[in-house]
Amino acid sequence: MKKGLFYMFHIKNLRYKDILYIDELKIEEKQVTCIIGQSGGGKTTLLKMLNHMLSPDQGEIVYKGRSLFEWNPIALRREVVMLSQQPVMFEGNIRENLNFGRILSEKEPLDDEKLKEALKFVCLQKKLEDDVEQLSGGEKQRLALARIFLMDPEVFLLDEPTSALDKGTEEKIMDAFIRDARKKEKTVIMVTHSDTIPKTYADKVITIK
Amino acid sequence: MKQEVINIEFWRLSAAYLFVLILILLVKKREIKREKLIVLSTARMTIQLVLVGYILMYIFKNPSPWIVLLVLCFMESFAVYNIFKQLHKPLSKKLKLVIVLSMVIGSLVSLLYFNLIVIHFKPWYEPQYFIPIAGMFIGNSMIGITLGMKEMIENFATQKNLIEGALMLGAKPDAATKPIVNSAFDSAILPTINNMVGMGIVFLPGMMTGQILAGTSPLVAIEYQIVILIGIAGSVGISSFLSLQFGYKTFFNDRFQFIPQNEKEK
Ligand SMILES: Nc1ncnc2c1ncn2[C@@H]1O[C@H](COP(=O)(O)OP(=O)(O)OP(=O)(O)O)[C@@H](O)[C@H]1O
Ligand SMILES: [Mg+2]
Repeated sequence: MKKGLFYMFHIKNLRYKDILYIDELKIEEKQVTCIIGQSGGGKTTLLKMLNHMLSPDQGEIVYKGRSLFEWNPIALRREVVMLSQQPVMFEGNIRENLNFGRILSEKEPLDDEKLKEALKFVCLQKKLEDDVEQLSGGEKQRLALARIFLMDPEVFLLDEPTSALDKGTEEKIMDAFIRDARKKEKTVIMVTHSDTIPKTYADKVITIK
Repeated sequence: MKQEVINIEFWRLSAAYLFVLILILLVKKREIKREKLIVLSTARMTIQLVLVGYILMYIFKNPSPWIVLLVLCFMESFAVYNIFKQLHKPLSKKLKLVIVLSMVIGSLVSLLYFNLIVIHFKPWYEPQYFIPIAGMFIGNSMIGITLGMKEMIENFATQKNLIEGALMLGAKPDAATKPIVNSAFDSAILPTINNMVGMGIVFLPGMMTGQILAGTSPLVAIEYQIVILIGIAGSVGISSFLSLQFGYKTFFNDRFQFIPQNEKEK
């Protein structure tokens, strides 16, 4: 039996209110794991647990061999970054919003060239100076995805990253994202309601009931 | 040069209440059901002021540090009680403690500095100076804390997504709440600062009016007014700053998780 680092996350006997009951769940490193299940099933709640935005009522979540409670929550969240289900927009233009993830996590901001690349990466044809207020729902979602892509964390927790996108755009962005993640050996844990994403990209699919 | 203030005779004072009757008539005519409130407020105002008048007369005649301190405690408690009442929402024990400490520290620091160093009256507890100045500092700090807290608590509730969104990206709580805490501080001190702008032109402040009526030279009166206004600004600034700076932290637990309703205790 291998233990420790082999599993990125190891959940044991987790209970949270009457929302989540998980006896055991292992998530491997450098893999793409998809989480599926019906609406209201607790997928977002589970991601928030992995990011330590919520603490379980019972049970344990082990990350890299150490219980989440032994980690400094801020340091952990800078390694395990979560994309929220509702894209969050901060006051300012696209440039500021793209860099804001890095600023909040105290990394140095990137130059315009890198930011423009990221926009291209998520198929967003906008200027860096554009105000984020006017963006459509799907555009905001892509901006938020580009923002955490630029943060370059070890683990991506993505909560329905393409729910507001058409099939074609979804495919283009996911193709690029997953290819890049595999190349850089990132761990991706993704909640999705799409039928195709788990089939196409997942190494492992977890169903939450 | 000092002249006697004209004492308003009793029947003339009673005549003032004619205007309350006019107000009631106007309200009746518009069919706004406020007669009861007007009568009650007028009665309360009258009784409170008469009582305060007699109490102050007693205190001024028998200056004692103990009584002055007692009055100070009473004013602080009343201010804190008022803040809690104005905020409506259930507040956590920790947040209540933060409010009490901010209120007391902000006003006391300003009082000590202005009483002992700027105005420099002796003895330090001279009630004629101490009590009105304390009243103004405490009253304004109370308003500042209330405005700032209200704004912060409301925005924490409505902008939960934004705060959590920032935390998820690895933000420290102070970075995640910075825009909200800043705008709350702004709301807390803005009335005080705006008040200074209109000073003397739009209105003569109550204290200055009182002093001038009592025969003080307007030049001395403005000296006091300037000092008091700056003191108020300081008191409001310190109290509001402390309440927000330590207040926002009570919305996070020791795992830096956001607790929006501020109801959980850890
Ligand atoms: N803070 C909370 N307190 C109590 N219940 C909550 C809380 N947050 C979420 N819930 C409830 O927990 C359940 C799971 O919510 P969650 O957001 O995890 O679902 P989900 O699987 O992500 O759903 P969806 O696919 O619609 O996004 C829901 O019934 C929700 O109402
Ligand atoms: Mg969800």
